[in-house]
Amino acid sequence: MTFAVPGTGNGGRGPVTTVGCQEIVARIWPHIVLGWGKRAVPDAPSKMLRLEQINKSYQSGSSSLHVLKDIELEIDRGDFVAIMGSSGSGKSTLLNLIGILDRYDSGAYYLDQHLVRDLGDREAARYRNQFIGFVFQAFNLLSFKTALENVALPLYYRGVPRRVRNQRALEYLERVGLRDRAHHLPGQLSGGECQRVAVARALVTQPSLLLADEPTGALDTERSYQLMDLFQQLNQQGLTILVVTHEHDIAERTRRTIVLRDGRVVSAGG
Amino acid sequence: MLLEHFAEVLSVLRRNRLRTLLTAMSVAWGVFVLALLLGAGTGLEKGTEWEFRDDAVASLFVQSGLTSVAYAGHKVGREVRFMDDDYDALGREITALEHRSGRFYLWGEFQVRRGTQHSAFDIRGVHPGHQYLEKTEIVRGRFINDADILAHRKVCVIGSKVREALFVKLDPIGQFIQIRGLYYLVVGEFEDIGGEAELRRVYVPISTAQLVYHSPRRIHNLMFDLRTADLEQSLRTGEQTQRLLAARHHVSPADRRAIRVYNNLERFYKVTSVFKWIRVFVWIVGLGTLLAGVVGVSNIMLIAVAERKKEIGVRRAIGATGASIVTMIMLESILLTALSGHLGLILAVALVEWATQTFKELPFMREPSVDIGVMSLAAALVVVSGALAGLFPALRAARVDPIVALRAGA
Repeated sequence: MTFAVPGTGNGGRGPVTTVGCQEIVARIWPHIVLGWGKRAVPDAPSKMLRLEQINKSYQSGSSSLHVLKDIELEIDRGDFVAIMGSSGSGKSTLLNLIGILDRYDSGAYYLDQHLVRDLGDREAARYRNQFIGFVFQAFNLLSFKTALENVALPLYYRGVPRRVRNQRALEYLERVGLRDRAHHLPGQLSGGECQRVAVARALVTQPSLLLADEPTGALDTERSYQLMDLFQQLNQQGLTILVVTHEHDIAERTRRTIVLRDGRVVSAGG
Repeated sequence: MLLEHFAEVLSVLRRNRLRTLLTAMSVAWGVFVLALLLGAGTGLEKGTEWEFRDDAVASLFVQSGLTSVAYAGHKVGREVRFMDDDYDALGREITALEHRSGRFYLWGEFQVRRGTQHSAFDIRGVHPGHQYLEKTEIVRGRFINDADILAHRKVCVIGSKVREALFVKLDPIGQFIQIRGLYYLVVGEFEDIGGEAELRRVYVPISTAQLVYHSPRRIHNLMFDLRTADLEQSLRTGEQTQRLLAARHHVSPADRRAIRVYNNLERFYKVTSVFKWIRVFVWIVGLGTLLAGVVGVSNIMLIAVAERKKEIGVRRAIGATGASIVTMIMLESILLTALSGHLGLILAVALVEWATQTFKELPFMREPSVDIGVMSLAAALVVVSGALAGLFPALRAARVDPIVALRAGA
């Protein structure tokens, strides 16, 4: 099982897989539709992302909660990082911020050398769709859509024609070993299978960065390890992965662990 | 790409079958009521037109009386009498005129005899044009013609009730009847949709009536119709007639007691203008019902958006723009309203058609129908209202914060 994830450590120069005509269409299509010209040609080795002096507070009534304090962080391409910390340490907020689901108050965040700050709705949506894949603790699959339709959904928002996106979705389901479950609804799948569908959905857009928020939180130990095996495999093929977890055995299977405490980075691993 | 959006929306609508059904019903009902009311309105309108069918719609009728204004040296209270000259003058001066006739009444009912049969009927002397003005329908023989007038022939045309009374089932044509001691040849029999009283009538040439009843050249009423059914033209012609006859009889043109022109078309428009207001009323009621349906849709979509916060959050997280979320909700609303609205429209049209077929003789109603123009307007209205109904829920959906949505119920 080999598959290429472009925009990763080797600068997209390999491994070269033979691609069919439809695949080419699927890859070129979004460029045509969205005018996707901003994606820089990465200089290897470059940083996947860089956070400088990031601060973030939440206002709740009159009191202000300072969640992230002067975060300094760099993550290389092809890295596999666990973010650990007790609940309330700010690890989920950090992940949301990196995933451009949330905004920060001060500092600077560079994603693939682009400054991510005050993005408009359309631009933020495009970054999320093209740079980032999300895996959530609760899977967050749409219950009324089949596994295949769930995996194909990000491509729908990219404007990929239905036939192409279904083919791509099927391909990615096969990679997570669920091709035979393509037409099942999430309710008919086990938790582990749901999470693998969610991983396929995160990968189908061929993102540079996979963000996972407690991905094993709803899985038993065996399924958790299977998921981590999958993540390791993906990482070996060059995908940059960030996993938020509070389980040490999960963190141990990554390359590096960043520990947060009270909104500060206390250990950047290495 | 639009097709893809529709497919996406359809999958959502299919998921919430009950909700979709209930929402659809409220809109379908609104459109159903609107279309039904409009159909009934059309029926009422046509029914009224039917009531007017007896006489030529664009006709004018002139009566004379006593003067009420002193004018040109004449004192008040002089009687105006129309004569054959006036009839001729109308033909000369009123260019828009199509048919014309004078009327000479034999006041009261006359004993009409045939052998031993006799009964009292209404006798009128008329010109040939009278046939068109009263929409008299000849079922046997012919109507009074110009030759009858010129030769003062003693001929008559009888109503079907007269024929029934005097001839029972015999053919009356070529037979003689006796009116006040004089014999008249029956040349025609007529039917008239105006009712029983019209059928108990005997028409004779006006010249004959004038001679026989010692009033040479005298005409009691003048009547004529116009080639166009244009109200403006008709009113102008009415004025022209008033002035013409006033001048001929040295009467003030403003003296309506001396010469009065009745405008049938004006009367017709007055009645039909009532229907214009009924139509406005129908639209208000129908639109109100439709609005209630639309508010219902809007309300249900708002609830749906609240319910689907998480779904919307997921969509945002995997790359949906705010605009695409707005499009999704709006399309959902439009699709739902349009489909159900058209269902209501079809049902209403079907019901109206069925009613038309089943009750042929509804009082005041004739051929109720929903015309194509109204239908396409209603259809467009439904789509617009669907968009309106979806607007607020869609804007609310676009404001869903993905973090909050994904955190809740995780």
